[in-house]
Amino acid sequence: MRLWAAALAALLLISAAPAPPRVALKTLLDETPAPRLSDYRLLGPGGAANGGLTPYDLNTPLFTDYAEKQRYIYLPPGTRAAYRSEGVLEFPLGATLVKTFSYPADLRRPDRDVRLIETRLLIRRADGWAALAYVWNEAQTDAVLKRAGTRMDVAFIDKAGQPRRIDYAVPNQNQCKECHQLDKTLQPIGPKARNLNGDYAYPGGPENQLSYWRRKGLLSGAPAPAKIARTERWDDPSAPLGARARAYLDANCAHCHHPRAIASNSGLFLHLEETRPAALGVGKGPVAAGRGSGGLAVSVAPRHPEASILAFRMASNEPGVMMPELGRSVIHEEGLALIRDYIRGLPDPASRP
Amino acid sequence: MIRFAAALIAATALTGAAQARTLAVAAGPDAQERLQTALLDAKPGDVVQLSAGRYDLTDGLSLDVDNVTVKGAGPDRTVLSFKGQKGAGEGLLITSDRVTVRDFAVEDTKGDGIKSKGSDEISFVNVRVEWTGGPKESNGAYGVYPVSSTNVLIDRAVIIGASDAGIYVGQSKNIVVKRSRAEFNVAGIEIENSMNADVFDNVSTHNAGGILVFDLPNLPQMGGHSTRLFRNKVVNNDTPNFAPKGNIVSGVPTGTGVMIMANRNVHVFDNEIDGNQSSGVTLVAYTQPFDDKSYNPLPRDIVVRNNKLGRNGWSPQFAGGAELSKMLGGALPPVIWDGVTSAGGASEAVRVRLTDGPVLNLQLPAPGNYARANPAVTPTLGDAELPEPSAVVLPKRQADLGV
Repeated sequence: MRLWAAALAALLLISAAPAPPRVALKTLLDETPAPRLSDYRLLGPGGAANGGLTPYDLNTPLFTDYAEKQRYIYLPPGTRAAYRSEGVLEFPLGATLVKTFSYPADLRRPDRDVRLIETRLLIRRADGWAALAYVWNEAQTDAVLKRAGTRMDVAFIDKAGQPRRIDYAVPNQNQCKECHQLDKTLQPIGPKARNLNGDYAYPGGPENQLSYWRRKGLLSGAPAPAKIARTERWDDPSAPLGARARAYLDANCAHCHHPRAIASNSGLFLHLEETRPAALGVGKGPVAAGRGSGGLAVSVAPRHPEASILAFRMASNEPGVMMPELGRSVIHEEGLALIRDYIRGLPDPASRP
Repeated sequence: MIRFAAALIAATALTGAAQARTLAVAAGPDAQERLQTALLDAKPGDVVQLSAGRYDLTDGLSLDVDNVTVKGAGPDRTVLSFKGQKGAGEGLLITSDRVTVRDFAVEDTKGDGIKSKGSDEISFVNVRVEWTGGPKESNGAYGVYPVSSTNVLIDRAVIIGASDAGIYVGQSKNIVVKRSRAEFNVAGIEIENSMNADVFDNVSTHNAGGILVFDLPNLPQMGGHSTRLFRNKVVNNDTPNFAPKGNIVSGVPTGTGVMIMANRNVHVFDNEIDGNQSSGVTLVAYTQPFDDKSYNPLPRDIVVRNNKLGRNGWSPQFAGGAELSKMLGGALPPVIWDGVTSAGGASEAVRVRLTDGPVLNLQLPAPGNYARANPAVTPTLGDAELPEPSAVVLPKRQADLGV
């Protein structure tokens, strides 16, 4: 009997090894945010993820000053996200989206000498989503809450081998909401079924993320991935240019430029579902752009990126001119090139039948 | 004692916040983080009190808590300087309801000065927004900028140097702009795509254009109407238009007094309009191409009466203006209408009552078709019975702020 008990204990130890501390769900749900990231037991020193977290990627993400982003989802034990064909998935109470921003010393060697900058949490609480930003300490052992935002000096070697230095902005809590809102209510942006509908390199091999989530009991109500719309990868050269560009605009602009979001007053709507040419900027004059217009008459002039405010504002890194207003301080050259190609390829309205 | 207690309870009930606090913020190092933290910590009913001094800010500030007052020690004593701003599209962004900002200055923002988006009961009282280098194309667009808001009060604001409009109210409803001063902006005051605005007792001077009432297509809120402009001084608007091209105000001729474009039910009365070289009062259609069937590009139901019109229109700064002026004896009449009465599918009747004159009617056959102008000057024009829009009434608590 004692032997049996000992064996059982050993078995439990083995099956529990390496015994992961449970995520502190109660702390996540507390109205007062924890002062330290480690208080939630989501990420350990160096950003190591709790075994209860599932990593994921987006087909087309938001550009943030060339930062690397590691995303995880945490779902409380026994809960699932519910599939939605439009918009973000429906997440249960306590669900937490975890995103760590980091820079390798050299972008050409992304796995080496990685400096963690900040980890942002979106926590589904009883009264809605809460957005929090934690800034990593020098020793990379833990991160502390920064509600009012801050600036950080970041240096790295870019993909062309050039040294870059940026004044990285950690957003203040309101700025999180400026982007993360629909109808004035805080919402996640990334985890829409269509933007998750792609492969992830799991330890066991690549697999479609929605299939994996379904198989692991993290997602309910989802049809087979082939039946789900898909946001194109902005950087997939084999995909059609228009779809890549619209995916890029959707991920980088439409969190504000959407009829229910903070830039609704602009009348410029860049979400994937928008189809009206004027709403997409074609032949549309600026409304409140000020010097952001760059002396140009329309947001998008088909065939003429040089005459399009959309490209002009992406090509600026000056506050008051640049778009997006938040989340970047350098120009995304590759994204800009994509949007210029897209505009160059749009049909000339004058030649339409 | 009982009476005292009752009074206290009454006061508490009135403010609706038993534990309303004052969060004091002083100028000095780390002003950005301390001030932003106060704006995050504030609870409904609280006052964020900014002591006198200069606050050197590095990023945009924002407030998203309802029923908060942000109060300085006066627009010359509490100065939020954004000269070193590194990010965000405005100096201070407000996205909550029942907010009052008062008694401080915002200087040299990279984009707009103070903006509210989607706010109900938003009040800007005794604030100054200024670009201290004078009028420059590189200045931010708008000084005081409520948009998609309802119940807007702008009282005793001073705005200097905006590269678009000093006071810009866009896509909003129920608006009072009073006792304010706008100078050295491209447009002094602009009411755009908005309903029910009273603009009175303001001074708009040394801008390119004094007061504009516009409506633009392809926006979520269109069909702007019911604005009264009265008892304003719209004088000596003489700063050359310095707006970046592409923006609608870049087309406003330097020396424009009042301009009404594509808006309905606008009454202009009891103003002093003087010293504006292009024109005193101008009514024009929107002339750009647009693809929006619900949009009406014509000004209609417009009344211009009982204004004190001084010397205006002696050197019009728009294409063809000099020739027109010569043809009419060296100056343009103080009130000008493009005379367009139909455009596209707009079937609404165009009615005017312009009893200040003389009035120049260009009688254009279509918006912007100046080549086919058929100018006619009459002492007055139109006798349509157009009842004045009723006075804008703000919620009492907000109206009391302006007393």
